[in-house]
Amino acid sequence: MDLARREVAAPDAADAPEVPDVADLVRGPAGPEPDATAVAPRSRVGWVRLALMAVPAAFFAVFFGYPVVAIVGRGLREGGQWQLGRIGQVLSDPDILQVVWFTLWQAAASTALTLALALPGAYVFARFDFPGKRMLRAVVTVPFVLPTVVVGSAFLALAGRGGVLDEWFGVRLDTSVWAILLAHVFFNYAVVVRTVGGLWSQLDPRQEEAARVLGAGRLTAWRRVTLPALAPSVAAAALIVFLFTFTSFGVIQVLGGPRYATLEVEIYRQTATLLDLPTAAVLTLVQFAAVAALLAVHAWSLRKRESALSLVPAEHTARRPAGAGQWVLLCSVLGVILVLTVVPLLVLVQRAFGGPDGYGLTFFRALAAQSDSATFVVAPVEAVGNSLAYAAVATVIALVVGGSAAAALTLPDTRRRPGGGAFGLAQLVRGFDALLMLPLGTSAVTVGFGFLVALDEPPLDLRSTWILVPLAQALVGVPFVIRTMLPVLRAVDVRLREAAAVLGASPLRAWREVDFPLVRRALVVAAGFAFTVSLGEFGATVFIARPDAPTLPVAVARMLGRAGESYYGQAMALSTILMLVCAGVLLALERVRIDRQGEL
Amino acid sequence: MLRLDGVTVRFGERTALDAVDLEVAAHETVCVLGPSGSGKSTLLRVVAGLQQADAGRVLLSGRDQSGVPPHRRGVGLMFQDHQLFPQRDVAGNVAFGPRMHRTDRAETGRRVAELLDLVGLPGAGGRAVTALSGGEQQRVALARALAPEPKLLMLDEPLGQLDRGLRERLVVELRSLFRRLGTTVLAVTHDHGEAFALADRVVVMENGRIAQAGTPLEVWQRPASAFVARFLGFDNITAATVHGERAATGWGHIAVPQGTPQGSTLLLVRPGGVLLRPPDEGLRCTVEARTFRGGDASTVTVLLRPHEGPALEAACTLRDAPEEGIEVGVVFDPREVVALHGGDRADAEPPTEPVSSRS
Repeated sequence: MDLARREVAAPDAADAPEVPDVADLVRGPAGPEPDATAVAPRSRVGWVRLALMAVPAAFFAVFFGYPVVAIVGRGLREGGQWQLGRIGQVLSDPDILQVVWFTLWQAAASTALTLALALPGAYVFARFDFPGKRMLRAVVTVPFVLPTVVVGSAFLALAGRGGVLDEWFGVRLDTSVWAILLAHVFFNYAVVVRTVGGLWSQLDPRQEEAARVLGAGRLTAWRRVTLPALAPSVAAAALIVFLFTFTSFGVIQVLGGPRYATLEVEIYRQTATLLDLPTAAVLTLVQFAAVAALLAVHAWSLRKRESALSLVPAEHTARRPAGAGQWVLLCSVLGVILVLTVVPLLVLVQRAFGGPDGYGLTFFRALAAQSDSATFVVAPVEAVGNSLAYAAVATVIALVVGGSAAAALTLPDTRRRPGGGAFGLAQLVRGFDALLMLPLGTSAVTVGFGFLVALDEPPLDLRSTWILVPLAQALVGVPFVIRTMLPVLRAVDVRLREAAAVLGASPLRAWREVDFPLVRRALVVAAGFAFTVSLGEFGATVFIARPDAPTLPVAVARMLGRAGESYYGQAMALSTILMLVCAGVLLALERVRIDRQGEL
Repeated sequence: MLRLDGVTVRFGERTALDAVDLEVAAHETVCVLGPSGSGKSTLLRVVAGLQQADAGRVLLSGRDQSGVPPHRRGVGLMFQDHQLFPQRDVAGNVAFGPRMHRTDRAETGRRVAELLDLVGLPGAGGRAVTALSGGEQQRVALARALAPEPKLLMLDEPLGQLDRGLRERLVVELRSLFRRLGTTVLAVTHDHGEAFALADRVVVMENGRIAQAGTPLEVWQRPASAFVARFLGFDNITAATVHGERAATGWGHIAVPQGTPQGSTLLLVRPGGVLLRPPDEGLRCTVEARTFRGGDASTVTVLLRPHEGPALEAACTLRDAPEEGIEVGVVFDPREVVALHGGDRADAEPPTEPVSSRS
């Protein structure tokens, strides 16, 4: 789902350990084992763990498992009979096959294009030192936290009908697949720069030097030493980009037009427009299977990646570019970033301020006006307040659910010997960990529609309550919170807790005195990203947001769906507001990180 | 004060502690000595309650501790790598224990200042622990462990990571400190020098079992087994048959002290008892290598290859050390000959190098 992608956002892998690595997010159960340290009394810790696990387990069962099962059941059951024949029927429909084919090839093409453009960037960020590098890294990260709808609008403003390229050169890309591919690169550029560049910057250059001294040429040394060390992380980054683009929704919804649809978009069309639930259910299953396969390959590649590498602090490996070749490389990477990242956002802002009578606040003022059309029951500007309120509630839910899950996963283990028991605690914990990652692989549209279908009757009649939206948004925020908290919680040395225990601290007290101060910042970062993820959530929200209380992405999408210059301009204006809020949160998180570094 | 009754801990196939009995009297300092992996640290963790015993009992002041969590045992443990709380300053670390025991603020402040004085860091309360040197961290860790006034203070490789000069100074300081405070101490180390300097009594461990217990002098003079002897650095061990005051060994017949058990046994000859003579006197050997050990006596260890029997180590002064490659004769001083027990394992395996300890 397109929501998953932004959860990766983070300023800098190398020096921000509290922010999860891209790979960490999708890693699921492959994390390190809990420590085999015994703490008496055994049973009490076990109960605390069960209690902590109960919160997320119940949350996921009610708000994820139940809706998904309900909608798949509603699609594939008729008169109490399973209609599994429908799977074959749907999959032999040429239109559907066309969608599957497009989903696959656009994901492959987007991945290839992203790697081609971003790998030189990864190298430049890893090995070169140049003024403004920190700021540039923040700039590259901005697209990460942007809602997909905003990115769609930005590329529409750049390359769509009446866009900048259309005005100046008569070039329109919105009818071609190029707009989609470029928007995907825009999004995922930072994924590659972070995963590959992060590792690259920590590879010890002396390894290559050792190869040179042993008689290898510059290129041979790179091919024989650096490339093998890098290859697994390139593969991991490619897989993640493929996963994100495979489940793309918001971008395609805005830029795809009638011609291009991914599975996710088609699921939305089948449920919301055609009301063909059986087809949607089959497509959901297909997407689920594909994502599961991708994640399995990813887990396998992660295991292969666990080879011993010689790593050094990143700041020791970067130096100023020397020679014409390196300067050309640096400049071309800067050029790509400028064209790909900065220009679309600038164009978005330019469109927002460019009213019919020259630059001004026309569109922003229009947002505040009570609309007379059926599209909006309320003034669009109210969407800002709705979004902020929903996102705040969703953040709280995600922190409670994700925080207790992360705490349960890192509680000191009471096993006395490794590998004891047929179905031991380790398996249980690993299974739980994997379960929590499931929403990343499920169609957001299915979840949203499932909410409507499943949660509309007592005892859970939530359809007309506002809480439904934050609940759906929290669902995608939770995996992110867990992935942010887990590495930090796991990094807390067990023996620090033991030291506290020996000095007289009870287990709870030890957690508060030792763990909490260390994870407080991770909690802030997790909250920040849960907030931006919730703010930008589109696939599920579009179903369940009430007409009189739209969120920002929903309002933008509705406006883009209407004809007329005013709606277009207002969509750009709303997108600009959303972009500023998200970028603001990112910059605030950047500050948290800097504070932390200043402290240690 | 502390009693262990048949304490056993297993990690899968491996037995870390094998039916260990141990007693530590009040105000006594006991040092557990052993190579890495002998179960020393596990012993401390069992006493602290950080590790459950698979069998046996731990008694503190006569009370069975099974089911008592670490924070209610009232013992102190100084971790091998200190484990200071990084986010707290020096005073915050030392005050942690009293705070957990709800000591009032003024009293805590007084005790922190007192303890920092005691460990030689007066006024360091406001410093960040990450900015301290290894020796200073060690002192803070000690002050932190002492602050809640534990019944029993346990030290895990207390001086392991410090350089030699500091170590030797701190051993002396610690010993007089524990005397003064009357603290009961159970320490583990792999360094016999450290153990001998610190302890009233040492306990040598081998593969989770107690190989020997006694005063430092007893253990040094009469190692109970080939394992203990080798661990203490003595390698001149040979199978022997004792008859009266003579023994038949791999190096020929040598004199043994009065009262040596008769019959077949193992004999240790301390390097100081291997006396170098002209080549035509005693056992003829070739000098294979010599290693300068330094020290006040300018000791040199000479490795000898006898014409018959296993290799021999001799200790002599630098002035008396022979050149490598020449032939010498060797006679044995009976006062430096010791009969060992546990003969069956004598030639099996030399002990692992006591270099690094398990963390």
